[in-house]
Amino acid sequence: MATLEIRDLHVSVDAENGPREILKGVDLVVKQGETHAIMGPNGSGKSTLAYSLAGHPKYTITSGEVLLDGEDVLAMSVDERARAGVFLAMQYPVEVPGVSVSNFLRTSATAIRGEAPKLRTWVKEVKEAMADLQMDPAFAERNVNEGFSGGEKKRHEILQMELLKPKIAILDETDSGLDVDALRIVSEGVNRVRETGEVGTLLITHYTRILRYIKPDFVHVFAGGKIVASGGPELADQLEENGYEQYVKGGAAE
Amino acid sequence: MADVTTTPGGSTTSGSIQVAGVPGEFSTSQPGDARNEAVASYDVADFPVPGGREENWRFTPLHRLGGLHDGTAEATSGAIKVDVTAPEGVLVTAVERDDARVGAAGKPVDRVAAQAFSSFGKAGLVSIPKDAQLTEPVRITIHGQGGVAYGHQVIEVGAFAEAVVVIEHTGDAVLAANVEYLIGDGAKLTVVSVQDWEDTAVHVAQHTALVGRDATFKSVVVTFGGDLVRLHPRVVYNGTGGEAELYGLYFADAGQHLEHRLFVDHDTPHCRSNVAYKGALQGQDAHAVWVGDVLIRAEAEGTDTYELNRNLLLTDGARVDSIPNLEIETGEIVGAGHASATGRFDDEQLFYLQSRGIPADEARRLVVRGFFAELVQQIGLPELQERLIEKIDAELEATVG
Ligand SMILES: Nc1ncnc2c1ncn2[C@@H]1O[C@H](COP(=O)(O)OP(=O)(O)OP(=O)(O)O)[C@@H](O)[C@H]1O
Ligand SMILES: [Mg+2]
Repeated sequence: MATLEIRDLHVSVDAENGPREILKGVDLVVKQGETHAIMGPNGSGKSTLAYSLAGHPKYTITSGEVLLDGEDVLAMSVDERARAGVFLAMQYPVEVPGVSVSNFLRTSATAIRGEAPKLRTWVKEVKEAMADLQMDPAFAERNVNEGFSGGEKKRHEILQMELLKPKIAILDETDSGLDVDALRIVSEGVNRVRETGEVGTLLITHYTRILRYIKPDFVHVFAGGKIVASGGPELADQLEENGYEQYVKGGAAE
Repeated sequence: MADVTTTPGGSTTSGSIQVAGVPGEFSTSQPGDARNEAVASYDVADFPVPGGREENWRFTPLHRLGGLHDGTAEATSGAIKVDVTAPEGVLVTAVERDDARVGAAGKPVDRVAAQAFSSFGKAGLVSIPKDAQLTEPVRITIHGQGGVAYGHQVIEVGAFAEAVVVIEHTGDAVLAANVEYLIGDGAKLTVVSVQDWEDTAVHVAQHTALVGRDATFKSVVVTFGGDLVRLHPRVVYNGTGGEAELYGLYFADAGQHLEHRLFVDHDTPHCRSNVAYKGALQGQDAHAVWVGDVLIRAEAEGTDTYELNRNLLLTDGARVDSIPNLEIETGEIVGAGHASATGRFDDEQLFYLQSRGIPADEARRLVVRGFFAELVQQIGLPELQERLIEKIDAELEATVG
């Protein structure tokens, strides 16, 4: 069973006046089949955690470790992490001009699966996955994320999650910028993958509304660069009522 | 650090002018004289030997021209091998320099072009009869076998004919040449010129198109190989309603100097031009020069023109000089604009692709391929599109990683 272990993770970024520590000791274990919601105020470091796990070069790991089934994730290159089963649905997916969605999906599926998917079944697989997410088939011929609306970009991220079948999926504010219908469609996509029981999900969000569709097993409050409280789904209800104030002012933040 | 003059890495210049009958009431953000050349002549003696400071030579490393610019490069026999294959009905022959078609599109405008004109033996002629609709391209292959050559090629397209001509340069040579396109009224000519030279070749050429009334000229220049390549595509209109589309792709590796200087002379009313060149650079002292001169003369009312140059710097140590010049002498135009941008390889794109399991070298190739594919799509020639993409892929396979 796949397990992601994050131990005392410290991460900094290069700011104008030298390095600035953003993550200040994150501890978390995510097992296959589990869903962990990470909730926190703006600027608390949620995206930093997500990007650090995926290996974005902007972030420097200053201490701590990340293990996937005992393997040192931090020693892997970005693409190695993805091939090991880590998937990041980005808060702001990147436009890649001149590269079509279909070419992109096939290239990445080939890389992740270790062999090119058979053309016939592949076309069908992509078509069905797109239909499930109510994406127009015309998107396959468009350039990656170019001119996509916010909601279309998020659907495209979840499309990739469905096709790449990661062991650990990190969803960074996949709910932001979605209207109610889109939120439901995207959540159903995430749930289809979750129902396989083969993915551990790290659901990063600022708001509780996505938790109506995707039921977490655990909820963690993230503030000031670390997890300051953990609990079950009831913790989300408290946050809904009281907001983050008590965690931010309570000295957990800087 | 990559060294970029006039448009620093990541910077963009652009301008656009939409004018409706307000003469003299506009300015462009790019001053400068679109008419770089002081003289035009068939005789090399009319041009002084360039010293390197002249406006039109200042980017070119003269010492790498193999003596083409100073009269020391003497033609050697068998330096290039030229083969032409053409569909039936097309006349392929060689003509003397006193043939009326030789030099008809325009005079040489710099020393090397004049040297080529003064030095060639016989001119190659490809003549497509009027009304002919070629279903297959005319193919001209120029293979360098070492040595110095001067060439002259005329491609004549009769009125209302339609043709595609593909010119391919391979091998090694020091070559100076003039290519003339004489495009009859209502005719459509597409020319693809591929510079796929070996690393040591030197190639300097002036391409002059004389675009007939209501005629369409489409030029696609693809430059990958050669130590020094300097091409000067020129467009002159011979009647109203003419249209010119000039596309270019180049990829400069370490040490290569690839220079494209374009000149569109809007001297006739109601003509259009569209220029789009894209280049990628990689490696120490890879150098690309792009100069786009567009002149809209006082008599050229109703002109519509746009020019664009984009460069992608894949590594440090490469250098781009990108200079659009737009000069406008009448306000009675439909539109005139230009854009030039030089950017670095986008790390966010690379990260995104890698985060989907795609290895770094493959991701880089995808991004560069995408950068060029955008232009290839715009060229709009399905059968060529595939070949161009294949060429780009082969180049990327060999160099980017
Ligand atoms: N280059 C940088 N220089 C200085 N500070 C930075 C830099 N990059 C990020 N930060 C800071 O790191 C902190 C954490 O940012 P992060 O994007 O991880 O927050 P977040 O929790 O995802 O916020 P949001 O809810 O708005 O998405 C922020 O205060 C941000 O300003
Ligand atoms: Mg964020």
